[in-house]
Amino acid sequence: MSLKRIDLLICCGSGCVSAGALKIKERFHEVLAQQGLTNEINIIETGCMGPCDYGPVLVVYPEGTFYKAVTPQDVEEIVGEHFVKGRPVQRLMLREEEKVVAAQKEVPFYQKQVKVALANCGYIDPESLEEYIATGGYEALGKALTELDPQQTIEVVKRSGLRGRGGGGFPTHIKWQLVQEQKADEKFIVCNGDEGDPGAFMDRSLLEGDPHRILEGMMLAAYAIGANKGYFYIRAEYPLAIKRIRNAIQQAKTAGLMGQDIFGTAFNFEAEVRTGAGAFVCGEEMALIHSLEGQRGNPTPKPPYPATNGLWGKPTVVNNVETLANLPTIFIKGADWFSSMGTATSKGTKVFALTGDIRNTGLVEVPMGITLRELIFDVGGGMVGDHQFKAVQLGGPSGGCLTKEHLDVPVDYESLKARGAMMGSGGVIVMNEQKCMVNVAKFFMEFCVDESCGKCSPCRIGLKQMYDILARITAGEGTQDDIAELQRLGEAVSKLSLCGLGQSAPNPVLSTLRYFRDEYEAHIRDKACPTKVCPDLLHFMIDKSRCIGCSLCARKCPVTCISGSREDKYTIHQPDCIKCGNCQDVCPVKAIDRIPGMHADVLAHRAELTKNNEYED
Amino acid sequence: MYLDICKKYAPDKDNLIYILHEIQDTHPQHYISEEAVQVVADYLKVPPNHIFGVLTFYTMYSTKPRGANIIRLCESPPCYIKGSDNILRKLKTILGVNTGETTKDGLFTLELCACLGVCGNAPVMMINNDVYGDLTEEKVEEIIERIARGNQ
Repeated sequence: MSLKRIDLLICCGSGCVSAGALKIKERFHEVLAQQGLTNEINIIETGCMGPCDYGPVLVVYPEGTFYKAVTPQDVEEIVGEHFVKGRPVQRLMLREEEKVVAAQKEVPFYQKQVKVALANCGYIDPESLEEYIATGGYEALGKALTELDPQQTIEVVKRSGLRGRGGGGFPTHIKWQLVQEQKADEKFIVCNGDEGDPGAFMDRSLLEGDPHRILEGMMLAAYAIGANKGYFYIRAEYPLAIKRIRNAIQQAKTAGLMGQDIFGTAFNFEAEVRTGAGAFVCGEEMALIHSLEGQRGNPTPKPPYPATNGLWGKPTVVNNVETLANLPTIFIKGADWFSSMGTATSKGTKVFALTGDIRNTGLVEVPMGITLRELIFDVGGGMVGDHQFKAVQLGGPSGGCLTKEHLDVPVDYESLKARGAMMGSGGVIVMNEQKCMVNVAKFFMEFCVDESCGKCSPCRIGLKQMYDILARITAGEGTQDDIAELQRLGEAVSKLSLCGLGQSAPNPVLSTLRYFRDEYEAHIRDKACPTKVCPDLLHFMIDKSRCIGCSLCARKCPVTCISGSREDKYTIHQPDCIKCGNCQDVCPVKAIDRIPGMHADVLAHRAELTKNNEYED
Repeated sequence: MYLDICKKYAPDKDNLIYILHEIQDTHPQHYISEEAVQVVADYLKVPPNHIFGVLTFYTMYSTKPRGANIIRLCESPPCYIKGSDNILRKLKTILGVNTGETTKDGLFTLELCACLGVCGNAPVMMINNDVYGDLTEEKVEEIIERIARGNQ
């Protein structure tokens, strides 16, 4: 029995680690040793607690005090005041409207959340099998193995209504049923830990924060489909996740929870970790299987589906990390409990990664069917600063963006799809009014051009064409036909591409065309970027009434295109300006503005150049 | 040396990705040379072009020598929205290189990469195995300076 009176939970998710959580942990060890308190305080390194924006985050139990943005310098005060004298340090707590929020459960960020997959994330030590078991871990596996046959196991998942959390939203039980019915000497279960879209990091947090849960989920799936071997395919960019899963496998083996005759039944299971080497397309299941086999991660046409010809030609189920993470709870709390949450077609909860211009960036888990407004404004705390909400990109570069008018749309697979966005794996990128949607679409397109594996031509060539058009538009060389051409190309690429990457890559362009057509038109017709983002479609102007003639801008201009004097004030010679923005940054009286549109001098200069070129030809 | 690494793995084609990872990680210049490809090809009994196919498909492998420290700046949308292009410009200025290039002293190679999964703290970069989040231009300068000093 431990006699420790305080549990100190330090969030060691990647976000908090990048903000210095490990230094804080070391400092706690030092200070506690100095003060002879090592035996009284239990330091636990947990997985991601969710509110990455507040990092590094600590929670002190038994009372559940929540500290945010802690630095190593604060450690002594926390130990001296809170641990010794019992007076929590108020200045490190969250303040909401001048009120101090003391306990973790009172933090607004957690209020509307329902944690199923993330239940233990940020609560237990991910490197301890005992802590996982203490929260009910491996009970579900024991129950399934001893009380249910594989078909009954599938029935439970069917009743729960669980759908794949990786992007497609395919019902999990159908995938399982297909493989279970196959006659083969070997079957495989693969955990897809090649995080779906950029901007989503739930797989990483789950693998790092609660590895045993994923392992248990995998074994439940394996039992249901009749597989004895499982593979975790994890991105090589996630070294900590790889280490934690390897550790979990080792612990499960030592404890007899994996190997031969598990729970005294005839079920045998082995698992292994495999890593990728940096390729977005490997999140696609066929590409992932090829990568597992040590080949290029190219997708191949379906059918044949992995259910019949998967890894090494054997029937294979590929399930996303979050899908597997839901399984243990479904078996313990029951399928009916799970399906009581959510909407008619989308059951349970979903983990979202909130990023972008939102106050509370981080990882949240909410019931399906919550509205975007609740997700962004209640859980996410709204926009940073005084900015306005403009758009939200759901589902990463394969998803689409939605606008203000969609804020009351319930978040489920069908509602989002109907409006041109998609659930994806749950990345939510929030943008404020300063963002140029044409530029954002161009950026997503550039990403997809880079990540296209090049196997099928609609994706390889079509996306590049779309990117070129967007690049032309943002450079002020767009023509009236460009919008129709983008639409045509986008639809063709969606219909003709081989795998999910190509099929969904035009979405950001198509959805911005649908909801922000006026911005495209302004770029093309008026040669102006309304949000003053695209450098070619804006110009800088010095307001002479505010200019004090200090010459700082002229001295900082890298192309010396600013001239003037103290008396005459300063002016920018527009055709030479490269729009670096240095002048605006250094101006002490903020006399320099960004103005949408090309300057008349630049237009004249361009016309001159074109004329000369024609003359030379 | 390359053969010693190969021998740690069974001569099966599916071990190729791990063999390549280990060769690259243990090479002081963090790359996979033509010579290494030949050794691996002989060991796994596959043609060298298959190995090159895999090698050039994945972004984490390099066929060119690289610096002692590899900087990988995330170029994904959330980081971009939070201003990763300013960070990139700053890194280029401090190091005096373009993306994909190595500094003259051989200390740093600057690369871009897809999502590092720390989007809550965007913009983010990874130097070797360490993640640095909530980057600002000042922070970048400090980090690079500290690593450069540590390497001298």
